[in-house]
Amino acid sequence: MSSYHSNMANAGGASALPAHSSLDTQTNTKGSTLSSPQKPNQNMGALLDKLFKGTTMFFASLVLILLVGIIITLFIGSLPTFKAFGLPFFTSAEWNPVTEEFGALVPIYGTIVTSIIAMCIAVPLSFGIALFITEIAPVWLKRPIGVAVELLAGIPSIIYGMWGLFVFAPIFAEHVQPWINDNLGELPFLGLLFQGPPMGIGMLTAGFILAIMVIPFTASVMRDVFQVVPPMLKESAYSLGSTKWEVVWNVVLPYTKTGVIGGIMLGLGRALGETMAVTFVIGNSHEIFASLMMPGNTISSAIANEFAESVGELYTSSLTALGLTLFIITFIVLALSKLLLLRLAKQEGKQS
Amino acid sequence: MMEFNNTRYKKRKLFNQVAMSLSMATVVIALFFLSWILFTLFSNGFEYLSTAVFTESTPPPGGTGGLSNAIFGSLLMVLFATLIGTPIGILAGTYLAEYGKSGWLAPTTRFINDILLSAPSIVIGLFVYEIAVHQFGHFSGWAGSIALSLIVIPVVVRTTENMMLLVPNALREAAAALGAPYWKVTTIVVYRSAKAGILTGLLLAIARISGETAPLLFTALNNQFWNTDMAKPMASLAVVIYQFALSPYDDWQQLAWAGALIITLFVLGLNILARTVFRQEQVQR
Repeated sequence: MSSYHSNMANAGGASALPAHSSLDTQTNTKGSTLSSPQKPNQNMGALLDKLFKGTTMFFASLVLILLVGIIITLFIGSLPTFKAFGLPFFTSAEWNPVTEEFGALVPIYGTIVTSIIAMCIAVPLSFGIALFITEIAPVWLKRPIGVAVELLAGIPSIIYGMWGLFVFAPIFAEHVQPWINDNLGELPFLGLLFQGPPMGIGMLTAGFILAIMVIPFTASVMRDVFQVVPPMLKESAYSLGSTKWEVVWNVVLPYTKTGVIGGIMLGLGRALGETMAVTFVIGNSHEIFASLMMPGNTISSAIANEFAESVGELYTSSLTALGLTLFIITFIVLALSKLLLLRLAKQEGKQS
Repeated sequence: MMEFNNTRYKKRKLFNQVAMSLSMATVVIALFFLSWILFTLFSNGFEYLSTAVFTESTPPPGGTGGLSNAIFGSLLMVLFATLIGTPIGILAGTYLAEYGKSGWLAPTTRFINDILLSAPSIVIGLFVYEIAVHQFGHFSGWAGSIALSLIVIPVVVRTTENMMLLVPNALREAAAALGAPYWKVTTIVVYRSAKAGILTGLLLAIARISGETAPLLFTALNNQFWNTDMAKPMASLAVVIYQFALSPYDDWQQLAWAGALIITLFVLGLNILARTVFRQEQVQR
């Protein structure tokens, strides 16, 4: 024991490591003579520690392998298509299983257009909801409203599809679309987008249902980032006489800008990849129409509709190539979203 | 002269009131759609709920039957997906929480995992089709389970990491001071105190996959008959709803509504249960 103390004194607290290692040699020399079973036990512990760390590390890297695996597998699956059509695959609007001519333009166009419609509707609504939960609602109301909005995210997408096709579309066709035709259809240029038969189904309906589906995701990110604004900033603005709206517009939003855009990107990523709800209401037409009221197709709904029945290598492979395209587009959008949110978190860390 | 020019002030106040009312309106709109969808489900599905739905297999068009094979298939595939996905997710989450402070692997995994969390599920279906169905030459319940487990993993990884990071470091230090090796600290102390949180993640993951249709469309496909063999194509509630809802037959559509009600109640029930489990734990602390 005395030697232990002297060792500590020698190390002098300048560095704990030398003291520790000399302590180790001390116990080891003692251990070999006095308590020999101690040593294998300790080694066992160290080994198990390494084993445990290694196992968790392996499974963590499995997540990365999964991503790489998805990209490689889908790429191999779509090789026949890339070989047959090359890059024009992405610019061709042809989709003919009989003559085996395939192009990705129509589904890509539909995916992007429906997602843009969805975001145009979902962003202001999500912002309003986040604003209500963080700034307006009394404390007792915050939680129930938050849960209710998140339940919207819990409803399976196939339910949105059924509701959209059987309940929403008929009402939309009868009451909303004629109004859109009469009022927006007259506009110069933009009017073309809003002229068409009131069928209920089509890109506009799909975009609308997508909007309801992505609201919970966008709103909850916005709510979370609004909550990180330091109260002092807001209180300063209030004390200068700002109204609530002015505080939100001039203080909260500028502070959380990156996070809000991150939330919008997250919603966009969700909208781009959503499958079942869109498949029900999009109309599945492999043609591009100027009007948003006309049926169209998205990447995911084309795959969902046709993949199980596709015959022939080229058909299957073209659908796989569509899937790869979708995966890469959503990957980029979601990665941007994540990077923006990380940037906000970092900025937050610096200031506090 | 105490006369203020009030018009500007009034304008700002009015603008504020309009903005706040619009914000309230957005909440009302969201709640309106939530209740509209739930109302639709109950008004269309409730009358077709009968014991036959749970005891008989899916009928041919025009016949009578239920959804028992689909419900069973869903439960079986969800069970196996959870059994496959949970250990992987928990261990990967453990790495991120306990060893993830340094190195390149943890931040990269965290980043990729968050992307996979929102990745389109239909792409997961395509991936599993290529690696499982295409290789073995036939659709199977196993392929469906694998596809669902790939959706479970990111959810469990995320919640496990978050919940383990909530465990105070003092607990870890106390256990280490008693001489416990780190793996024991993690398994005995950290897991135990993060138990409720990890369970929450698990419940949310089950809720998520229970309603998934897209990844099952061309992995498990469908099966009209009662089937307990996971190596064969297997019916699932979601795929049957999809098929029946888009069919022209009235009795199929009615079964689809009944199934839609069952699946939604199950998923929303799990969501609410998950929240209560987590909340109780938080209150206890």
